Amino acid sequence: MDFLQSWWAFMSTRVDQIQVALAEHSIYVVSVLGLASVFSISLGIATRRNVLARELSLAVTSVFLTLPSLALFTIFIPLVGLGFAPSFIALFLYSLLPILRNTITGLDGIDQSVLESARGMGLTPRQVLLSVQLPLAWPVILAGIRVSSMLIVGIAAIATLVAGGGLGDFIKSGLARLPLPNPLESIWKGTLLCLLLALVIDLILQALKRATISKGIR
Amino acid sequence: MSEPLIRLENVTKSYPGTESPAVGDLTMDVHEGEVLVLVGPSGCGKSTTLRLINRLIEPTSGRIFLKGEDVTDIDSSQLRRKIGYVIQQVGLFPHRTIAENISTVPKLLGWDKAKIAARVDEMLELVSMDPAVYRDRYPKELSGGQAQRVGVARALAADPDVLLMDEPFGAIDPITRDRLQNEFLRLQQDLKKTIVFVTHDIDEAIKMGNRIAILREGSEIAQIDTPEVILSDPADEFVENFLGSGAILKGLTLK
Repeated sequence: MDFLQSWWAFMSTRVDQIQVALAEHSIYVVSVLGLASVFSISLGIATRRNVLARELSLAVTSVFLTLPSLALFTIFIPLVGLGFAPSFIALFLYSLLPILRNTITGLDGIDQSVLESARGMGLTPRQVLLSVQLPLAWPVILAGIRVSSMLIVGIAAIATLVAGGGLGDFIKSGLARLPLPNPLESIWKGTLLCLLLALVIDLILQALKRATISKGIR
Repeated sequence: MSEPLIRLENVTKSYPGTESPAVGDLTMDVHEGEVLVLVGPSGCGKSTTLRLINRLIEPTSGRIFLKGEDVTDIDSSQLRRKIGYVIQQVGLFPHRTIAENISTVPKLLGWDKAKIAARVDEMLELVSMDPAVYRDRYPKELSGGQAQRVGVARALAADPDVLLMDEPFGAIDPITRDRLQNEFLRLQQDLKKTIVFVTHDIDEAIKMGNRIAILREGSEIAQIDTPEVILSDPADEFVENFLGSGAILKGLTLK
């Protein structure tokens, strides 16, 4: 109880800091998720008829996900400097695979007879893609976006190590002054706020799911 | 009869890497208002032949005519909007309501909303489904027989002159199939569409067809004639075998 009280006292005196860190963290998540979704879905669509291109893009994005996060955040510093840019690039690369993988799975999983009847009625290939294939693959794609969002919320805490800000700042400053006052409070603050952010983003994606997926395929 | 509504002229479809063509040098006329049934053993190329008509499969050589117009090289999507297409697996759009499914082609053709809504109800009534009940349902809520009724309604929505049907009742239980066949024949008496109907079931062919084309491998026509003539005077042994032992009996059940 003592710890909780002191933690709460600690939190309430640092509302400004929290707001800033939370905003930075959210900006990472939203911007990375937006761009990675557009990129991965486009890549999945572009490579859907070419087995080689599809396997290649899956292999490359898998490699990104396997690289140690610490390394991936630092690799780009010589190219783009410190701060937002290297963190954004690293997070972007991390979030590609789940969305790409699910885009491919979603498009592959569509009943052939539905596509046959769509073509048979005179939908152009573009109309088949936009009004049949993407809506039917969307639930699977959205599940991939959700996986990526959870991934990014956690890994974005590393951005602090390349001066990228975010909730990782609290964790880092706690670690840096372990023998000094309030180190654990700081670490907990960063961690719990990450969880909270993950929860909020998940709720938003749930709402998006409900709003965008047809009742016929729910 | 006058000029055929559909004419395939020396149409060949061969796939790279295969020796014999799936459809080899086929010439076939379909007359206005008739039901022509393509029947034959599996792999004989009957479905391929059907899909050559709406160019879901592009011919390797030969010409395809619709109402005297050469449609071999016109825009295939535009062509298909003028031809109804019904397949065994129906292929309704699961994310669209029944009404949205039926209005697919009218929407592509740019009909106005009021006309489409009226047409949807008309089509549902045509296939004996209550519009008020089914209009806003989704395909997953339908039985197999109901789904195929909607499939037929969807194919007829834009009032095409031609209807292509690929084993439309093949995946439906025998009792429902029989009912759908009868309803379909009744519909056809009023609608007088030009229909090409594919089946592997000779009994269905005899029941549905004004004319039957019995096909052997490579979509070669073994015999094309009315059911009566084919049953009483099979052209060769292949046709005879395909008709099976009950041919005379089948002939007796005709009208």
